[in-house]
Amino acid sequence: MSIIEVNQLTKYYGKSRGIVDVSFTEEEGEIFGFIGPNGAGKSTTIRLLLSLIHPTSGSAKIFGKDVTTHGPEIRRDIGYLPSEVFYYEGMRVIDLLKYSASFFEKDCTQRMHDLSELMELELNRRISDLSYGNKKKVGIVQGLLHSPKLLFLDEPTSGLDPLMQRKFFDLIREENRRGVTVFFSSHILSEVQRLCTRVAIIREGRIVEISNIRTLQQNNYKKISITAEGLGELFQQIPGASNMQFENGTVNFFFKGDINTVLQRLNGVRVSDVTIEEPTLEEIFMHYYE
Amino acid sequence: MNANIYRHELHIRWKSVFTWSVALVFLIVFFFSVFPAFAKDADLLNQMMAKFPPEMKAAFGLDNMDMATVLGFYSLIFLFVQLCLAIQAGNYGFGLVSVEEAELTADFLLTRPVSRWEILTSKLLAVLTSLLVTDLVVWGSTFISVLLFNDGRAYETTTLILLLISILPFQLFFLCVGLVVSLLVRRIRSVTPYSLGLGFGAYVLSAFSGVFGEAKLELITPFKHFDAAAIVQNQAFDTPLLLLNVAVTLISVVASYWLYKRRDIHAVS
Repeated sequence: MSIIEVNQLTKYYGKSRGIVDVSFTEEEGEIFGFIGPNGAGKSTTIRLLLSLIHPTSGSAKIFGKDVTTHGPEIRRDIGYLPSEVFYYEGMRVIDLLKYSASFFEKDCTQRMHDLSELMELELNRRISDLSYGNKKKVGIVQGLLHSPKLLFLDEPTSGLDPLMQRKFFDLIREENRRGVTVFFSSHILSEVQRLCTRVAIIREGRIVEISNIRTLQQNNYKKISITAEGLGELFQQIPGASNMQFENGTVNFFFKGDINTVLQRLNGVRVSDVTIEEPTLEEIFMHYYE
Repeated sequence: MNANIYRHELHIRWKSVFTWSVALVFLIVFFFSVFPAFAKDADLLNQMMAKFPPEMKAAFGLDNMDMATVLGFYSLIFLFVQLCLAIQAGNYGFGLVSVEEAELTADFLLTRPVSRWEILTSKLLAVLTSLLVTDLVVWGSTFISVLLFNDGRAYETTTLILLLISILPFQLFFLCVGLVVSLLVRRIRSVTPYSLGLGFGAYVLSAFSGVFGEAKLELITPFKHFDAAAIVQNQAFDTPLLLLNVAVTLISVVASYWLYKRRDIHAVS
């Protein structure tokens, strides 16, 4: 079953673009990565799905229900961790968490304490006294305490130290293993790479690619580096090669296509070194943004 | 209506309600406690008042007020009470949803499983409760001061009650107009300038309408709708003005619900 179905969703803020014609689906149990630079429309998409803002055109469904008409119902099973967390400054952490829990029909006390312990969150401090990272932890506990079926994470790791990031990722994986679907928006590719099964790349408000993270890495591009003599003439023109750089008798490039075309050119050349590797998502990503 | 939101809203506003209430008690009791001294020299006072320029008397609504009577004197105090109540209600109205948006807690509230209709209703009911608490304090301190300091002079209780009841629609006007204005603009960074502007603006409009004579602008201000001197004189509300007041309030509420349901909650910018 599709948990999220987005159909030609478009949002304009007056004349300025939010997102244009965004369509994708997320299946149950997936961790779906949503990557793009700042201002590409990641947050806009999430805010539309949470019905914080209203679409200019197009539609979106969560759990098979339209987000604009069934918002409250849908939000019963949604957890949301915003990129910037803001809570009632005068409240204590425990009061805020209790206030948040009070909106859900189940008893969240045990889970609230478990999560706070895991994230090393001090429950009796005032929100206004918390550092950015600690506020983020409040956000994490708040987003998870009602055991949602779908989690929206909007650049969740900013402000967390590496140790906490790891704990957080373990937590998300654990949730996912229990069947929670995760929508993970980020501009840090390594974390998307670590966590996600599928990924959509958004650029200037439009989806440029949706693909499996493995296929994105395996089938698309190879990063090739060859050190040999007389490479200049041999590698002038190879169909499917890009970003070709010559340096001290070494050639580096990305290659997409039949690998044999490269290998054939090396026939009879005395090669001192060859590496063919999968590019990191980072490198693929840069490629999309050129 | 959501009980959690209602409780939360009451909680964040109670300090403000307390402060306003205390201020109003002091205003009413201290001001009215000088009435016996005032009334004793009422003739002198009325003679002195007669020498004031009529424009100035009009500005304070003193032109048809007899300061030697309990209700005449109370009408003068009532003007300041009204001004306080207008600013308080305006504060609550302008801030009802805009404060959460400015402090960016709206994201939290609106991602809970509640509809916007429920949110706005709960918030309005909480604010209504806060205003009612203030009203109870105003009513209580008025009755106590009138009982204590009436100087043995007679007064019409029903007219006094009429005056005191008038503060309800009066407050609702500022609350609802504040709310609808806050929803018409994209973002309110600070509530106070707006509520002071609306409160004093409405007062000045009413005060100067007396000075300039025939201008019809005063029809839109609640200070004219519930003009204490007129109510005391006629021992009744001015029905068309009352209806006008209620109509503006109702339109503002309906428009607020409509606007809030369609409102985009913007992220940090």
